[in-house]
Amino acid sequence: MALTQSDIDTEIDDLQSTYDKELAAGAAARSHPARDYAPYRSSLLRHPRQPLVAVDGGDPETVELSGPVFGPTDITEIDNDLTRQHPGEPLGERITVSGRLLDRAGRPVRGQLVELWQANASGRYAHLRDQHPAPLDPNFTGVGRTLTDDAGRYTFTTIKPGAYPWRNHTNAWRPAHIHFSLFGTAFTQRLVTQMYFPGDPLFAYDPILRSVTDRAARERLVATYRHELSQPEFSLGYEWDIVLDGPSATWIEEGR
Amino acid sequence: MSETSETSEMPETNGTSESGKPLLPTPSHTVGPFYGYALPFPDGGQIAPKGHPEQITLHGYVYDGAGAPVPDAVLDFWQAAPDGSLTGAPGSMRRDPVTGGHLGRNGTDFTGFGRVATDADGHYALHTLPPGNAGLPYISVCVLARGLLHHLFTRAYLRDGADPLLDSLPAGRRATLVARPDENGTHRTHRFDIRLQGEDETVFLEFV
Ligand SMILES: [Fe+3]
Repeated sequence: MALTQSDIDTEIDDLQSTYDKELAAGAAARSHPARDYAPYRSSLLRHPRQPLVAVDGGDPETVELSGPVFGPTDITEIDNDLTRQHPGEPLGERITVSGRLLDRAGRPVRGQLVELWQANASGRYAHLRDQHPAPLDPNFTGVGRTLTDDAGRYTFTTIKPGAYPWRNHTNAWRPAHIHFSLFGTAFTQRLVTQMYFPGDPLFAYDPILRSVTDRAARERLVATYRHELSQPEFSLGYEWDIVLDGPSATWIEEGR
Repeated sequence: MSETSETSEMPETNGTSESGKPLLPTPSHTVGPFYGYALPFPDGGQIAPKGHPEQITLHGYVYDGAGAPVPDAVLDFWQAAPDGSLTGAPGSMRRDPVTGGHLGRNGTDFTGFGRVATDADGHYALHTLPPGNAGLPYISVCVLARGLLHHLFTRAYLRDGADPLLDSLPAGRRATLVARPDENGTHRTHRFDIRLQGEDETVFLEFV
């Protein structure tokens, strides 16, 4: 039997009110989604049931306290401009997306690889498994990468992605989003996430966004429109800072 | 230290809490099903220079809670170099500045970083050099997949032995972190399956 949006809404609301009550009763805020968030059906068979096993992240010999290193040879100059990867201009609203990659101490994460991927303006991925009948754009692939600069800043030129349907339940639509993949200075800081656009009417219905049950944390996934980042007669600017999590050893300096 | 002043001068951003307190992290989200043309890169599973006489292979399957292979997972690997160094090297995904194409690794530097998407059978294979980290040699694995809202860390130990993490686990669970050597006993090929859920569920780690 096909699940309706209202079936999913009920589940989302139940889990939201459970979280809200726990928070009000003094539980710690939870920035990350639970891996067993049932309204996102694909999670059901893909989350561990055993608790995670804690590893002392303060042991200097822990391999995961270091991480992959990237440099200028890993990218080309226009990898961060998704509008220039084909002979013609892609369709859609051109945007500039920029922000800083920070650790939890607020320090910029420099020289690290930022990868992104997204649907085109019609909400279609240039991916064989995306078969919904929205047009492909021959001038848009939707993949980019860059390195953060000395201030931890990244910048991409791209187009605003469209919303797209998926099969979690009947009439399921993802709000427009850009996928991001990030590295810190430690492998433990790895982050894969998604950036959203302000004011999207689909926010309330999306089990993936709602899997982040902490409201303030959800807001941290939404970029801010910044007129200063908009470029005259070219693009609209969005700012989105990213803060990498990790064991306390990665953000508390020794002896502090 | 300069970090302190940078922290206090930081403008209000999406991540900022009251000054002085650690920033709150950006939440994780699933990698989704459509990362295929963005994350994997040619020879992402070839950390060892091709033809290197010391090359080892780590391979296996990723399974879900029903025992079905997971064909849309992507695994990131990180490990020490054979000499034990953890400095890595840039150039995992070297680009051609003329065509923008992928040049691949330079054939000598040990980057320590690999990335492999599982195939239609849920299988992955990593070709690398033996890690020389202190203690038991292991390769760190970060599992990403559609349906997985937050990545999972695990470790593929290349042999069993005394180790603070392994020794803290019950016997049944311990075995999930130890890759099995190939049958001919050359210790060149190691089988490491990842079970996201259910019986023989892999031990997944959090770093505190
Ligand atoms: Fe998507």
